[in-house]
Amino acid sequence: MSSGEKYVAAAYGVFLLVVLVWVAILAAKLSRLERETGELARLAGSRPTGDLADG
Amino acid sequence: MPKPSLALLAALAVALGAAAVVMVFFVAPEDVDQGISQKIFYVHVPIALTAYAGFGLGAWKGLRLLMTRNERYDLESYTAVHQGTIFGVLTLVTGAIWAKASWGVWWTWSSNQLVLFLVLFLFYCAYFMLRFSIEPGPRRERISAVYALFGVALIPVSFFAIRLANDFIHPTVFTREGPQMTGTMFTAFCVSWAAITLLAYVMYRAELSGKRTDANLRALREALAS
Repeated sequence: MSSGEKYVAAAYGVFLLVVLVWVAILAAKLSRLERETGELARLAGSRPTGDLADG
Repeated sequence: MPKPSLALLAALAVALGAAAVVMVFFVAPEDVDQGISQKIFYVHVPIALTAYAGFGLGAWKGLRLLMTRNERYDLESYTAVHQGTIFGVLTLVTGAIWAKASWGVWWTWSSNQLVLFLVLFLFYCAYFMLRFSIEPGPRRERISAVYALFGVALIPVSFFAIRLANDFIHPTVFTREGPQMTGTMFTAFCVSWAAITLLAYVMYRAELSGKRTDANLRALREALAS
């Protein structure tokens, strides 16, 4: 691989790496949101229905 | 008008990305002067233009916030500036790699466009320091919007700096006579630009959706706790 090819691979590799890191961060955030939504659903389910209707 | 689905846009971005790779590496000819390292142009320039677009969108949403006082624009402005900053980092990194391949140095302070882009990038990095030093609420929304608007003035300065200063170090591809490249090179550039812009838009929408869900969950938690 020539030095020019190495630089091209590095530039495209950095871009791909950043996109993959962004996807990983988004996946982690989605997982957290899913967990928190589950907790809230359990919390809402454990309350008497009158509480929710009263706001 | 309903917005197109995020999954469809993401699929389109991946398809355009694949087409761009084929165009750049198998269709567009190698540059006579720079050789293979010129291929960095097809990723570096679209990334830089996307960074400008992110900062510009952040400013536009900031202006909308100041005009309407609608708090939804605050999150949209913040997300757009965040996208602009991510692409700003990528612009600086891919630019440094291209500079090393072409000029033999990672960075040169004598190029006005490089320095002005760095100033623009640092200006928007400071946006986050300012934003997170203020308590959430209307005051933070307004101050963040005004700051994002001020920054947008640097975009044309950064973009046109090379033309105004007759900078011979950084290449000028788009001149008054049109793009200084062959037809297939220009097509490859356009496909690459479209792919990266669409990818950035998908990232913007996905991040915004996550932040809105986060805010809604927080409000719901507070309502349930009271």
